[in-house]
Amino acid sequence: MGATHLPATEFDGTGVDDQLEAEAEAVLGEPAAPMVQLLGPDGTLGEDSVFSEYANRLDAEKLRGFYADMAAIRRFDQEATALQRQGQLALWVPLTGQEAAQIGSGRASQPQDYIFPTYREHGVALTRNVDLAELLRQFRGVSNGGWNPKDTNFHLYTLVLAAQTLHAVGYAMGIQRDQQLAAASDPAGTEPPAAVIAYYGDGASSEGDVHESMVFASSYKAPVVFFCQNNHWAISVPSTVQTRIPLSNRAKGYGFPGIRVDGNDVIAVHAVTEWALDHARQGNGPVLIEAFTYRVGAHTTADDPTKYRKSAEEDAWRAKDPLARLEKYLRAKGLADDAFFAKVKADGDELAAYVRRTTHDLETPDIRSAFANTYVEPHPLVAEELAWFEQYSAGFEDAAGSEAAAGEAAN
Amino acid sequence: MTTMTIAKAINEGLRAALTNNPKSLLMGEDIGPLGGVYRVTDGLIAEFGPERVVDTPLAESGIIGTAIGLALRGYSPVCEIQFDGFVFPGFNQITTQLAKMHARSNGNLTVPVVIRIPYGGGIGSVEHHSESPEALFAHTAGLRIITPSNPHDAYWMIQQAVECQDPIIVFEPKRRYWLKGDVDIEAPGNAEDPFKAHVLREGTDATVVAYGPLVPVALAAANAAAEDGRSVEVIDLRSISPIDFDTVTQSVRKTGRLIVAHEAPTFGGIGGEIAARISERAFLSLEAPVIRVGGFHMPYPVAKVEEDYLPDIDRILEALDRALAY
Repeated sequence: MGATHLPATEFDGTGVDDQLEAEAEAVLGEPAAPMVQLLGPDGTLGEDSVFSEYANRLDAEKLRGFYADMAAIRRFDQEATALQRQGQLALWVPLTGQEAAQIGSGRASQPQDYIFPTYREHGVALTRNVDLAELLRQFRGVSNGGWNPKDTNFHLYTLVLAAQTLHAVGYAMGIQRDQQLAAASDPAGTEPPAAVIAYYGDGASSEGDVHESMVFASSYKAPVVFFCQNNHWAISVPSTVQTRIPLSNRAKGYGFPGIRVDGNDVIAVHAVTEWALDHARQGNGPVLIEAFTYRVGAHTTADDPTKYRKSAEEDAWRAKDPLARLEKYLRAKGLADDAFFAKVKADGDELAAYVRRTTHDLETPDIRSAFANTYVEPHPLVAEELAWFEQYSAGFEDAAGSEAAAGEAAN
Repeated sequence: MTTMTIAKAINEGLRAALTNNPKSLLMGEDIGPLGGVYRVTDGLIAEFGPERVVDTPLAESGIIGTAIGLALRGYSPVCEIQFDGFVFPGFNQITTQLAKMHARSNGNLTVPVVIRIPYGGGIGSVEHHSESPEALFAHTAGLRIITPSNPHDAYWMIQQAVECQDPIIVFEPKRRYWLKGDVDIEAPGNAEDPFKAHVLREGTDATVVAYGPLVPVALAAANAAAEDGRSVEVIDLRSISPIDFDTVTQSVRKTGRLIVAHEAPTFGGIGGEIAARISERAFLSLEAPVIRVGGFHMPYPVAKVEEDYLPDIDRILEALDRALAY
C-alpha cells in the first residue's frame, strides 16, 4: 500500500503530536506510520500511488457536495450548541474540527452498508439521511434513540465506549452468513455485498471491547472497517495516555491493514474509506483507519478545555481546518464560485432554522411507552406496575376533578 | 417418553432449535469439536457446521457483543458462558447493551439472544466455578431468566428461550447435568409456559419455593418432613425473571408459611424479593415470617467446606421448624 509520509514538521504546533512521533519511533525502532494526505492545508492536491485513483473518481459535483455537507454539519453543530445554551438541550456533543473525517467516511459508505456510530458522529448521520432534528431527541431527553436504524442503516448512538465495536463485528458476521445463505439460493449474486463501519475514538481505543472486536473480526475475516477518529483528547486526557504509537499500528498486531489518514482531508478520508470498504466487501477481512483529526471545541457543552490544553494548540489545528482547505481547492480549480458558497451558507441557515423550530416541537413521550418497550413479549411484572401507575395517576385526576368541582361550587 | 440426563436434554433441545430455526446459531468457548466442557453441545458441530456452532475466541464480552450484532442482523444466537464466575467480563454487554436495546430503540430493534450459564456449586470445583449470580441479572430490566430443574423442562425451556424475542439467560444447574428423567419430546405438556412456576408436591402446612439445583433438595426435605407428619408444598419457580408470584401467592394463602431456598447468598437475593412480594400480597394469610435459606454473605468458599455453605435438607428442615414454631 502506498502512502505519503508527511514530514514531521507538518504537525508542528501540537506538542502532543511531536511527542507521539518521537515516542513511536523510539518504541518501534522505525518512523511512525505514514500518513495518507491528498489535500493539504494549503488547498493543493497531492499524489498517492494507491489512493489517488479513488480521488480521481470524484467529479466537481461530489467535491462540492463534500463541502456543502461539511458546512451544513458545522452550522448544525453551532445551532445545537446554541440550543443547549438556551436550555433547549440538556447536553450537546460538538463535532467541529472533525467534519472531514465524518463526511469523507460517511459518503464512502453505500446504502447496504451498516454504520455503528459512537455519539459524536452527527456528520456521518447526515450522510445516512438521518433527520438531524431526530438526532437531537437524545440530547433533549425525550428519547434514548430517536430514529429507526432500520430506515437508514445508521445505528443508535452508543454511550458506553466501544461497546458498539463488538456489535459491528457481530453484524458483519451476520452479513457473512447471509451471503452464504444467498449463495445457496441466488448463485448469480444479485444482492450487492455489504460491509460495516464501527466508529470509535482515541479514548475508546483503550477499552477492552476494541481489542476483543479486532480479535473476532480478524479470526473470522469479518467485513468491518474500524474507523478511529483520533481527535487527540478523551475529555481532558491526551491521546498519548492511550497509546505510545500511532493507533493505526495496532492493526498489524491483529493481522489486518491499518491506515493512518489526515482526518482533516476529506478527499483522503473518502479515498481510504472506499478502499477499506471494498477490501472488506470483497471478503478480505477488516481494516483499521485512524483519522488523525482534532476536536476543536469542548468534549461536551459541560466541558471546559481551558483547564487542560493551550489555545495555541487549538489555533494550530484551526490552521488545518477541513472546510478552509477544500474551499481553497474548489476556488483555485474553478469548481465553485461565490454564488455556490453563498448558497451553502443560506442552506445552512435554513437547516439551523429547521432544527431550532423542530427542537421546540419535539414531543415528550408518555412514560407508558417505556413500559411498553422494556420487553417485546408480555411481562407480568411490567403489566402489574403499569396497572398500579394507571391507578395512581387516576387518583390525581380524580383529586383535580373534585378540587375543580369544589372550586365551582364555592363560586 | 424418553429417559435422558439434563445435559442430554439441553443437547437435544439445541439440536431441535438449530433444525427448526435456520437463523439460530451457537457461540461459545470449546463448544465445537469438544462439545463444551460439559459436553452439552456434543456432536452439534458435526451436524450443523462451524458457521452455526461457532468456537469463539476466549472473550466473554466479545461473545455477548458479537451476538448482539448478529441479532441486529436477524440471527438468534445462543451463547454459552463456560462457568458462572466467568460471565462478568460480559456483564457490561449484557446489562448496558443487550438488556436495553429494545427499550432505547423505542421498540424498533429486537435482540433475541440466549445466554446459557452453568451455575451453582456442589461439584468440588476451584473458585469462580460454583457461583449463583442470578440476582445480579434479575435486577436488570429487559432480561428474562429461567432455570430448569429436570430433563423435560430443560429440553423444552432451551427451545422456548431460542424462540423468545427478548434476551434471556438460561441458568443450567450444573451439578444436576447428569440427573436423569423422562422427557416427552413430542409435546411440552405442562412445560408450555417457561415463565410459570410448577407445584411439584402439594401440602398444607408450609410452602417451600426453590429453583434449579435446589429443587431435588426441597423435594427431599418435604419427604423427610412428611415422615414427621408435616405436609409441605414444594414449588419449582422455573423462572426467576419474571417470577410467577400468582402461583406462590396461591400456595401461601393455603399453607400460611413460606420458605425460599437458593444457593445464592440470601442478602440481596431472589428470596428477599419473594419475601417482600408475598408479604404485600398475602400478609393476612401468613402465620410466620417468610424465611430464606441460602448462601452466606461471603465469596463462595473453598470446595472442602462447600457442604457447610450450600443449603441442604437439614437447613430447609431447620427453617421449616422455625416457621412452624410461630
